[in-house]
Amino acid sequence: MDLGPYLFLASLEGAVTAAVLALTAVGLSLVFGVMRVVNVAHGEFFMLGAVLAWWVASLAGGHPAIGFALAVLVAPVIAGAIAAAADFIVLKRLDYDPENTIVATIGILYIIQQTVLMTYGPDARPVEAPFSYRIYFPWFGYSAYKLFVIAAAVAILLGVWAIMARTRIGLVLRATQLDRETAQAFGIPVERVYALVFGLGAGLAALAAVLIVPIQQAHYLMGGDPLLLSFIVVIIGGLGSLSGTVVAAIIIGMSDGIISVFFTPTLAKIIATLLVAFILVFRPTGLFGTRSA
Amino acid sequence: MNNKSKSLALHGGVIAALFALQFVLPAYHHGNLARIMVLACYAMGYNVLFGYSGLLSLGHAMFFAAGMYGMALTIQHLGFPPSAALLTGIAAAFVVSAVVGFLALRTTGVAFMIVTLMFAQAFYLAILNLGEYTRGDEGFVIQQADRIMAGVDLSDASNRYFAALILFSVCMAVTLRLVHAPAGRILVAIRENEERARMLGYDIFRHKLAAVVISGTLSGLAGAGYGLLFGYAGASFATVQYSIFPLLWVLLGGAGTVLGPLVGTLFMFYLIDLSSGLTSAYMLIAGAVLVLLTLFARQGLVGEIRRRFAPWLP
Repeated sequence: MDLGPYLFLASLEGAVTAAVLALTAVGLSLVFGVMRVVNVAHGEFFMLGAVLAWWVASLAGGHPAIGFALAVLVAPVIAGAIAAAADFIVLKRLDYDPENTIVATIGILYIIQQTVLMTYGPDARPVEAPFSYRIYFPWFGYSAYKLFVIAAAVAILLGVWAIMARTRIGLVLRATQLDRETAQAFGIPVERVYALVFGLGAGLAALAAVLIVPIQQAHYLMGGDPLLLSFIVVIIGGLGSLSGTVVAAIIIGMSDGIISVFFTPTLAKIIATLLVAFILVFRPTGLFGTRSA
Repeated sequence: MNNKSKSLALHGGVIAALFALQFVLPAYHHGNLARIMVLACYAMGYNVLFGYSGLLSLGHAMFFAAGMYGMALTIQHLGFPPSAALLTGIAAAFVVSAVVGFLALRTTGVAFMIVTLMFAQAFYLAILNLGEYTRGDEGFVIQQADRIMAGVDLSDASNRYFAALILFSVCMAVTLRLVHAPAGRILVAIRENEERARMLGYDIFRHKLAAVVISGTLSGLAGAGYGLLFGYAGASFATVQYSIFPLLWVLLGGAGTVLGPLVGTLFMFYLIDLSSGLTSAYMLIAGAVLVLLTLFARQGLVGEIRRRFAPWLP
């Protein structure tokens, strides 16, 4: 292949990565923005989404599209409900103290991961894509499902934006984000808002995983990389800024493919992690953010 | 007795008890206790930073591994004798902690946690990337012939126990000395109220940096000792999990207490030892304990004893 088509393929793959990453990172960013806590267990909710998708799809049987559609509806709701319960049982009692919350979410990370290991087992399992149509470009054929993932992610992100900007719930969320005490004084049930946001953040991660699981496989350790990448994206995009997060996800996702052309994957990860560390050291607000961690 | 001699008597008594235990313990627990003492050194190093200075690091595995690889790589590739290799390990941890501390201390709170986590992750990936020398995840065994220090074979069980006890005593002495020294008091002052300590004229950055370096070097000493005594170095010791462990041990035993790390390590080691007999998902226990600790016992076991019965405990 010439360089042109090769780059075209790389950017298509990059766009798929960026789409899934944007969904996952927006979930993390939402939780940080509104609640000002870092959810270290975020990657495990992603993993939970993938595992639940496999479970739902294998229960449903029939045409793969039925299982997939059910998974899209069910998996994020269950993952979100588990997250909301964790918020209600654990984080609320810690009074959302930032450092204690990190320690507690590390604990939640291990609880979820190891429970999945005990029940689902150590195997990686595939979920069948809802359709196996291929689109033929002049140079190569490309899975239409991957293009669907991009479109779906864009639609969901627009939905999140619409909720945040146009609805009453979004108004309540933004009010809580701006000033927790004043919001409470105006009769906003802040505790319930927090549980909702924590569940919503986890649900977005789970939804991203449902979309990706026909391409990757579901495995109990799959939460590590999305967590790391989401961290990177959220920090580069500016802590608590949703639009910054999306922009950063696109930059990171698209450049991911290009970086791994020049470097080995491990070296690429080393560069990325060091980059995040140095950005936080020298620009604690992130590249586009205004508020420090 | 005043508080200082009480504390000396107590800690001397603990060391004497650990010395006496080696004659009565069955072989399995004898080996375990040697391991626990070395890991408790790691926890004590972590405690200097977390317990006394109030800085929560999520990257201490980096210092532990710096000590371990500083020791193991020089034995393996440069043919160093164990004593020189041990010193190289300590020096490696010293340098790494000084550099990381200098950079990471520009941030505070959550950002400090993430920065240390990211540096440690980069360190771990670097170990994997240099697989040619480090053999990555698989790691490598340090041959018995390379573990004879000053004529003492460290692979022998009772020598090993004794070496572990010496290592433990050194770390405990360093911690006690620090806690009783003015510098240690200043660290506690910074933990309790950084702005006030600054206003009183203390150089906050310098003291915090010293805390990171002492903490990192002790952790590196533990890492080098662990590699030397148990004859193995592997990348798994540099993973996030090994940064979480000392946090868990210290939280469980009691942050900001000298004996807490030993108690926490002992307790958690046997908890995981027992549960790994039942299930392969033993980290579930670690997770549950972390959550329960943050919810119900922020002070840890020794911290609770101090609060209720013995306010003089250092």
